[in-house]
Amino acid sequence: MTTLTRLPGRPSFRARRRLEAASEPDVERGILSPHDRRRRPVKVGQVLSHVLLLGGLVVVGLGPLLWLAKAAISTTQDTIQYPLQFWPSGIDWANLEQAWVDVEVGKYFFNTIALALGQLVVGLVIATSGAYVLAILRPAYARVLQAAVLATLFVPSVVLLVPLFITVARPPFGPSLLNNYLGVWLPTAANAFNILIVKRFFDSLPQEVFEAAKTDGAGPVRVFWSIVLPMSRPILGVVSVFIVIASLKDYLWPKLVLTDAAVQPLGVRLPNIQSQTELDVTLASLAIATIIPVVLFLLFQRLILRGAGLGGAVKG
Amino acid sequence: MTVLDDRRTVAPPVRQHAPRRRDRSIRGWVRRGGLVTLLFALPMILVFAIYSWWPILQSIWMSFQKTNLITYQFVGFDNFVNVLSDPLLGRAVLNTLYFALLALVFGFPLPIFMAVLMSEVKRMKGLYSALAYLPVIVPPVVAVLLWKFFYSAAPTGVFNTIIGWFGIPPQPWIQDATQAMPSLVLEATWAAAGGSIIIYLAALLAVPPELYDAAEVDGASIWRKIWHVTLPQLRGVIFVMLILQIIATAQVFLEPYLFTGGGPNNATVTVLLLIYRYAFENSLGGKYGEATALSVMLALFLAAASFLYFKATEKWSTN
Repeated sequence: MTTLTRLPGRPSFRARRRLEAASEPDVERGILSPHDRRRRPVKVGQVLSHVLLLGGLVVVGLGPLLWLAKAAISTTQDTIQYPLQFWPSGIDWANLEQAWVDVEVGKYFFNTIALALGQLVVGLVIATSGAYVLAILRPAYARVLQAAVLATLFVPSVVLLVPLFITVARPPFGPSLLNNYLGVWLPTAANAFNILIVKRFFDSLPQEVFEAAKTDGAGPVRVFWSIVLPMSRPILGVVSVFIVIASLKDYLWPKLVLTDAAVQPLGVRLPNIQSQTELDVTLASLAIATIIPVVLFLLFQRLILRGAGLGGAVKG
Repeated sequence: MTVLDDRRTVAPPVRQHAPRRRDRSIRGWVRRGGLVTLLFALPMILVFAIYSWWPILQSIWMSFQKTNLITYQFVGFDNFVNVLSDPLLGRAVLNTLYFALLALVFGFPLPIFMAVLMSEVKRMKGLYSALAYLPVIVPPVVAVLLWKFFYSAAPTGVFNTIIGWFGIPPQPWIQDATQAMPSLVLEATWAAAGGSIIIYLAALLAVPPELYDAAEVDGASIWRKIWHVTLPQLRGVIFVMLILQIIATAQVFLEPYLFTGGGPNNATVTVLLLIYRYAFENSLGGKYGEATALSVMLALFLAAASFLYFKATEKWSTN
């Protein structure tokens, strides 16, 4: 409260309230100091920039999605002639039903979910078992293995496109994985980035716990299942979200591997739907395709945003 | 790679506690847990061997082959010669550079600016971040198809209506050779900026507050604090993001493929679109050799960029 005495004149009620807020232990102070925040031009600038920022973010970030939601239940006429009219002339719920049933969006929707869940399982198995070997079991060949895995981070994905396609379409042994979800799951599981962030987390776990478990007679499988995995929930959450969102956003690879429409996820199918269906139904299909990622985002917002920041930290 | 593994130097490896008398037989190896370890490593080794290491090696081999996927024939540097003499290549390279340049000018400073502003928000911080990140969550296909409609050249198109409010006449957007590429960049920036903002926000949190305190003692204004404290502190992240963006924009595919298909008049043909066309859109059967040759050339360029990136990472993560 020492700051109070420094203020000239008697502070108004609002200013006092703000002062109290400012003098609270301000652990994460930024560019502006509490002193700056009290200056009138700064205050005005702050309010102004926040309003502009929030308004801009709502229009740019949320706007297109809200527009899509509205267009999904508007008639083609409305959408084409008055695209920015706030209230449509009538609500056309039939769009959604038409998209779901006639255009078979429902089928592709479940393909999307199956593809993402499989990718999650395969990706998690590879990332955790691999990181366990590299960080905790550490056999003699771990260094070489780690170097070989991390080296793939240097290789841009473009160089893999054609050879990987050939490997999946005409493998040296075994059947072709075209139109097989394994053709998407397995190559995307070869993700050095996910292994790296899980490994870094495993590295930070206390070694003594593993030593103690070992003395108590726990084998490597038991240590992995009963100690390492339960202790790693936070990072497993982050990696899971990474994998699922990557799966939902992927287009080119599933398009190349899944050529048969019956097994394609919704994302791959959308361009065809757009070229073959009426506008309102197309927009309804786009809205349906956006639902899963947006719901996931609303559910796991903190985790996703932390993961995105962490992605920068690991990349950096 | 050793930098990533900072712990190894501190804690002694667990293996040293293994029996002193090393039994070199297979049974001894199994008894020491070698087999279980190998079983744990096997999924990762197999997946990487088949779907990463092998295709990487194969790409070099394939760029010297002519193939229809059944027979392979060594053709020396023919694929490279064919690609380099393709009249469309120069166009594709220029277009890709143009895309990268526009994305750099418009898309690169924006997230830094936004993150600095957003970091000063005290109330409802999460709401700002969430709104900024929302476009990143939207699947790129949906985003492109939605924007394709927004870019309608009709006077009643979404963007044409909006610019109409400011008295600007309707624009052709993606239907015009000169406007197409900037339009793609605009969408790509919208789709990607949120991810960068979150990363910069995380980096801004890591700026030690004492630096600002010290700057204030020296009488620094807000702008001087941003210029002399904030931005220098972000230098490392900014550089890393710059290189990541160059790598990403050099491989731009989805926008030109779905928005314009490379048109109008080849104005948006990019290198990756050309690779895709060679391999998967060729009526005479896939020119896999040519596609791989071009991939390898692009990858060599990008490898140089990622080498720089990792060098920078190393320097940045140590301080």
